[in-house]
Amino acid sequence: MSLPRRRDVAPEFDPTQPLVGTGNLRRRHGVSRVVQGIAVAAAIAAVAVLAIVVGGVVAHGAKAINWDFVTKPAPQGVAPNLVGTAVIVGVATLMAAPVGILIALFLSEYAGRRSTRPVQLVMDVMNGLPSIIVAVFVYALLIEGVGGKQAGWKASLALSIIMVPLIARGTQEVLRLVPGHQREAAAALGVARWRGVLTIILPAALPGIITATLLSVARAAGETAPVLLLSSFASGDAFQLNPLEEVPNVPVRIFQLSEEANPEGFTEAWGLSLILIAIILTLGLGSRALLNRSKRKMTR
Amino acid sequence: MSATPPAGSASLKLARSNRQSDSRKRADRVGDLSLRLICMAAALLAAIVLVLIAKEVVEGAHPSIARYGLSFITNHEWAPPLEKFGGEGLILGTLITSAMALLIGAPVAISIGIFLALLAPVSVRNVISPLVEMLAAIPSVILGFWGLLILGPVLVSTVEPFLHDTLGFIPLFGAPQTTGASIFNAGLILTIMVIPIIASVSRDLFMAVPPELQDGAAALGSTRWEVIRGVVLPSTLSGMMAACLLGLGRALGEAIAVAQVVGGGTESHLSLFRNGGTIASLIALQFPSAVSALHTSSLYYLAAILLVIGVTSNLLASWVGYRFGSAGGAMR
Repeated sequence: MSLPRRRDVAPEFDPTQPLVGTGNLRRRHGVSRVVQGIAVAAAIAAVAVLAIVVGGVVAHGAKAINWDFVTKPAPQGVAPNLVGTAVIVGVATLMAAPVGILIALFLSEYAGRRSTRPVQLVMDVMNGLPSIIVAVFVYALLIEGVGGKQAGWKASLALSIIMVPLIARGTQEVLRLVPGHQREAAAALGVARWRGVLTIILPAALPGIITATLLSVARAAGETAPVLLLSSFASGDAFQLNPLEEVPNVPVRIFQLSEEANPEGFTEAWGLSLILIAIILTLGLGSRALLNRSKRKMTR
Repeated sequence: MSATPPAGSASLKLARSNRQSDSRKRADRVGDLSLRLICMAAALLAAIVLVLIAKEVVEGAHPSIARYGLSFITNHEWAPPLEKFGGEGLILGTLITSAMALLIGAPVAISIGIFLALLAPVSVRNVISPLVEMLAAIPSVILGFWGLLILGPVLVSTVEPFLHDTLGFIPLFGAPQTTGASIFNAGLILTIMVIPIIASVSRDLFMAVPPELQDGAAALGSTRWEVIRGVVLPSTLSGMMAACLLGLGRALGEAIAVAQVVGGGTESHLSLFRNGGTIASLIALQFPSAVSALHTSSLYYLAAILLVIGVTSNLLASWVGYRFGSAGGAMR
């Protein structure tokens, strides 16, 4: 066996030395290690940003929160805003969930090759629509167009436009997971298509549909732009459960307080932020856990 | 069916069950048709809403379009009390903040995707992945509030003076101001917003790269980075482009968080450290309190411009994902 001629490569083989790369190989391994380090650092940075933001909200918000804060109206607390956000988002969910689920059903059960693509495209565009545009649209349609005033349900309508594509996509994903043999078994037993859809496919996909809806609720609860344009004049000193009126709510209150340079207002805004973030993260994590469980069940 | 049928009634029973199945068939036909129609109606409704959105926004913008035409885009004065409206400063602000978010966010997010899909052990991935997605779940109004009260002061006292001192010869890094509200702050907040979007899409893309290809490259003596650079990144390039376009769409359209940290200026300038405005944030700030019909109409005009830019980047994303291979699969 002839030894390599180049002098810089180890001239003699020493079996007692550990096997390490030299020269070019060492450089390549070095580059690889540096890049892997960068990737790890990026992931750590993202988690650190999350920790700093959430930590900041918790540290500042905890000072504001007490029993009066969550149960009393305006001067002491923010209860009307919390209830109001629940009303607005609840109405929005009632509007968005049926439409979103039906669109997903259309895409997975009925649409042919020619109609899938355009509907999918409509969903993609709707999903990427800036929320401020949706807000301006509903304002033009329901306030400027008919000379109306702000109302909770108008904000709900705008939120539902944002929620529909989210619900549709999530539902579509779980409908895809419903095993084909269940459909075939139903068809073989002579079950009509619509009965099969309503009694077999939808129930099997129900946990996933609930997950998608909860995730969209989490998204809608924090959306500020539509509510700012469509239900922002209500003050938080009285409860308002009627969505036909202006409904006080959480995100707009945070926004308004952050625009005023008032330290007490900032404290209130931190408290509201903490409550909102806690609700949203709980919804997100809870629904994700539900989805993972049902996915495991369905694919088994 | 449960009772024992009397003898000799077999043919009668058959007839009855035929009649029953006839009515059932009719019900099924009606049911099938109506469910199909309802589903189609829902899909149609979504399409109609999209068309209506475009129509309402353009209609609202009409007086301003008639008055300014396309020169609206290059007029740089936005002064509602003087009835002067030009969008240049806002379009510029939108482009600068979004570009900054993408330039910082995309490399970081793709690195995170690489880490999650290819480097991290499964147990670590299962912890970090949801955390990164949680970042996307933070409401923009809270992120903006945080940026205003916590990030802003830090930027003004340390980061901005440092960048101005070292890179001040570039016009982008002008003199810092006293408040933390600046284009720079808005760009950073948008960066935080786009990172989770691009990271989770690129993670899915990288996980879909066939392991045989990666193993093949590794067997030929490639290091881990060479496998990533030679196999993983080239085969997912179009998907990453689509992911970045999705992130861009998000950054362009974010109104609330930017409105909180950008300072609400309308001037046209390049300095990152001065206050400024973006299309979406100005609409959020001025729409509820517009002073004249032309003001409202000009805001609609801005909304129409945003709509065009946003939908274009979105369609481009979905076209890139659809046109170039399986990348589209990871997008939805």
